[in-house]
Amino acid sequence: MSRVDARVDTPGREGLTGTAPANLYTPVVDTEDITVAPDGRPMDEQPRWRRDFPIDVPEDLYVARRDFMKFMVLTSLAFTAGQFWIVAQNWLRRRRGVPELKRIAGIADLPVGGALTFVYPQDTDRCVLIRLEADVLVAYSQQCTHLSCAVIPQAERNRLYCPCHEGAFDLRSGRPIAGPPNRPLTRVVLDVRGQDIYATGIELRTV
Amino acid sequence: MPKPAHLNFYIDPNRCIGCQACVQACTECDTHRGESMIHLEFVNRAQSVQTVPVVCMHCEQPTCAEVCPADAIKRTGDGVVQSALKPRCIACGNCVLACPFGVPEVNDERQIMMKCDMCYDRTSSGKKPMCATVCPSQALFFGTREQIDQLRPLSEPINRFQFGNQTISTRVFVMAPKQIARVQPHLDVTAAMDESPQSRAVLLKVVADPFEDVQI
Repeated sequence: MSRVDARVDTPGREGLTGTAPANLYTPVVDTEDITVAPDGRPMDEQPRWRRDFPIDVPEDLYVARRDFMKFMVLTSLAFTAGQFWIVAQNWLRRRRGVPELKRIAGIADLPVGGALTFVYPQDTDRCVLIRLEADVLVAYSQQCTHLSCAVIPQAERNRLYCPCHEGAFDLRSGRPIAGPPNRPLTRVVLDVRGQDIYATGIELRTV
Repeated sequence: MPKPAHLNFYIDPNRCIGCQACVQACTECDTHRGESMIHLEFVNRAQSVQTVPVVCMHCEQPTCAEVCPADAIKRTGDGVVQSALKPRCIACGNCVLACPFGVPEVNDERQIMMKCDMCYDRTSSGKKPMCATVCPSQALFFGTREQIDQLRPLSEPINRFQFGNQTISTRVFVMAPKQIARVQPHLDVTAAMDESPQSRAVLLKVVADPFEDVQI
């Protein structure tokens, strides 16, 4: 170890003692150097994905002003279009009016604790009618509010069960009690006239 | 804070005595407790006890990052290739297969790739990596170019490697004899696969045959 000179100021041996300041030497590599592709060609000749997914963190975090503005403008446009979409949906719903009256079944067809399926108001909207007690009838859309699987009424467990993701709804109110769904089922408004059960409307609920 | 640019990693496999101090030191680190990011490889275990410490070489064109389908392996501005980003890594193991030095490993339990990042928590605050701190024979050395030139006057740091058609330049240096480094400025790693060492002294043709036309 006699070759190592302890003195920092000896020419050509600066910093050998480890006491030299960190900024004594100029950096040999540029700290902001760009990613060099394996084929060595410049970045302009590289495919677009290489510029989109750079390896170096400084480039990965870099957001160009033009890209940022593009993002902001497109996002605002999407929000504005969304407002018009909501207005158009509301107008269409009002234009459709109240769904017409429809006879589902006779009371005598449905024993207490029993259930039957029907379609209302369109032929594609499957619903389920359940008789909880002698004079308590409920009807819901069969579409689970999570991912639109068909729910199954389970009167003995007092719930509507969705087998897709183990979701469950309260039988009396249609509100979610377990699993991924967090909105209640769409309720079908019922009316009992004489010995017949009629569907008179649907009640969309968000909470 | 980045790793100081004037401090570099120098590996001198000739000086490795196989004591496993680097492995133990790496294992004790809190960021990956119980797992060593440094691999101590036997060159030819049947005939020799020679070992080689393998740390991440921090390539200038990192193959692991090139092949990563999840864009999870990133290199900081100071040239240190970091471990896979936790939210992105899908533990597919592409990097494990692609790395020519065999550095990355997939942790099956945690489903993430972990590799040597030159102890970024230490080097970024000006300290040495843990393996270089504990190495008793200075086979792993972390310091300035001036220091290594002074300490190893017969050796020259080399950072270019040839794997078949792939040439890789790295931020970590390997020490080679000075006369050979002048003749052949890169190590031809795949050339060593054709020939197995004959005697107890391991001599692999990673450099041009040193005793053929070069006087040492």
